[in-house]
Amino acid sequence: MKRIYFDHSATTAVDADVAKLMLEYMTEKFGNPSSIHSFGREVRKAVDEARGHVADLIGANANEIFFTSGGTEADNIALKGVAFANRKKGNHIITTAIEHHAILHTCEYLEKQGFSITYLPVDENARVRIEDVRNAITDKTILISVMFANNEVGTLQPIKEIGEIAKEKGIYFHTDAVQAVGSYPINVKELNIDLLTLSGHKFHGPKGIGALYARRGVRLEAQQQGGGQERSIRPGTENVPGIIGLGKAAEIAKRDLEKKIAHISALRDKLMAGIQAKIPDIKLNGHPTLRMPGNVNFSFRFVEGESLLLNLDLKGIAASSGSACTSGSLDPSHVLLAMGLTHEVAHGSLRISLGRGNTEEEIDYCLTVLPEIIERLRSMSPLSNSSTMAENNPCSHCHKH
Amino acid sequence: MYTEKVMDHFTNPRNVGEIKEASGVGEVGNAKCGDIMRIYLQVEDNIIKDVKFKTFGCGAAIATSSMVTELVKGKNLEEALQISNQAVAEALGGLPPAKMHCSNLAADALHEAIKDYMNKKEGK
Ligand SMILES: Cc1ncc(COP(=O)(O)O)c(C=O)c1O
Ligand code: FES
Repeated sequence: MKRIYFDHSATTAVDADVAKLMLEYMTEKFGNPSSIHSFGREVRKAVDEARGHVADLIGANANEIFFTSGGTEADNIALKGVAFANRKKGNHIITTAIEHHAILHTCEYLEKQGFSITYLPVDENARVRIEDVRNAITDKTILISVMFANNEVGTLQPIKEIGEIAKEKGIYFHTDAVQAVGSYPINVKELNIDLLTLSGHKFHGPKGIGALYARRGVRLEAQQQGGGQERSIRPGTENVPGIIGLGKAAEIAKRDLEKKIAHISALRDKLMAGIQAKIPDIKLNGHPTLRMPGNVNFSFRFVEGESLLLNLDLKGIAASSGSACTSGSLDPSHVLLAMGLTHEVAHGSLRISLGRGNTEEEIDYCLTVLPEIIERLRSMSPLSNSSTMAENNPCSHCHKH
Repeated sequence: MYTEKVMDHFTNPRNVGEIKEASGVGEVGNAKCGDIMRIYLQVEDNIIKDVKFKTFGCGAAIATSSMVTELVKGKNLEEALQISNQAVAEALGGLPPAKMHCSNLAADALHEAIKDYMNKKEGK
């Protein structure tokens, strides 16, 4: 059976050119970039070039890029690094209720360290309201961290407006742009972004490598101690193959960005329109237009997400869901709940995230199998033909707990 | 993550549906993840002649529903009441630890359906 990959928000395939180049920097060009001999120097030069490519992709300067072990580490350094370096100025941080756990759990940690965090709510489309940002600012606020695009529902945040407010108030502005970098145009200078997180494996680079952009002059405290690598912000011998791979992926992403967005958003629009035409009782999750080019997220009423994913997988389609049954914690996605979805509707959510390799035939195939699967699951659901049940919270039927 | 047996019952669930004038109906919700299961029984002479289910839940929930219907068909009520969550999970070749709670749903719904039948009978 042909397999179809519709889960590009989770991760992407490493580009063949990227992989080829990485291999060269493991086998032939294996020197330590800190060494002064020729083995070291050739690698140092390549690492610097990679830094340049990453900077170019987001409109930054090369000396503002710090390589990390991925998005999670960059988020940690951004939040803790700013918090601990600017403690004298204040202890208040503003973020949102729909951030990735790399942000939310780091914020929870900072709360234990005496920082106070405001988690901004979002509207039904998962967008932060500008007036809420403005109202949350106090004279103790040192950092605003709002994600560029949400990983589950794809909603783009009003980054430019938040950047302006932050600049006007003299507050640092960080954005977790892991989902957007390489798939959406970003210029940190035009958007007044002080710190930005990116991750290689979301745009055809390798896993376990990412970067933090920190504008020159941002006060940051290192979160680990060691040698002087990455100007002591992230010490440790560089993950050279990863860095080289990230640089190459960034170069390719910048070169192909327009083409990629046009291709992916055309597929997305076709898929969204097809699902809306063929399947009743659905809800689009996320903003209808201000969303990532490749993100499709629907809730199918009376259907549970894990059984939906298993059925799609049996047909060769790989997707994801915010259902409680698919999460280790058995809680539905915090993003869907923050948008005001009921548990039941969150249960039936399906995320399809498209990538550059997807084709129109794959969309057509999905549009033939998905309605059949939904129909079959609905015919098995005790909710679908008894409307009174469906209105109730399922938990109210619970006799056991 | 699921056994072959679970996937078999998930892809070809036995006894899906409703019984129009059922002798007993049992419905339980899972407080943990919010899923629902409903079981319909047709009882004649203390024997479960027919059984059907409808489930809103994960793969494990659907497979355990299907399995429990297979286990009780043709059994008398006393035997049916003996069927535990554990027995359903075992009959499926085991469930991942995070999914054990789903098997509670099936046996609980069955027991509720039997209780419903008993109550109706006494009411007559
Ligand atoms: C929005 C967002 N932030 C952070 C991360 C974490 O990145 P990494 O997997 O590189 O640690 C992810 C990845 O899933 C993400 O989607
Ligand atoms: S029924 Fe929800 S996890 Fe199994």
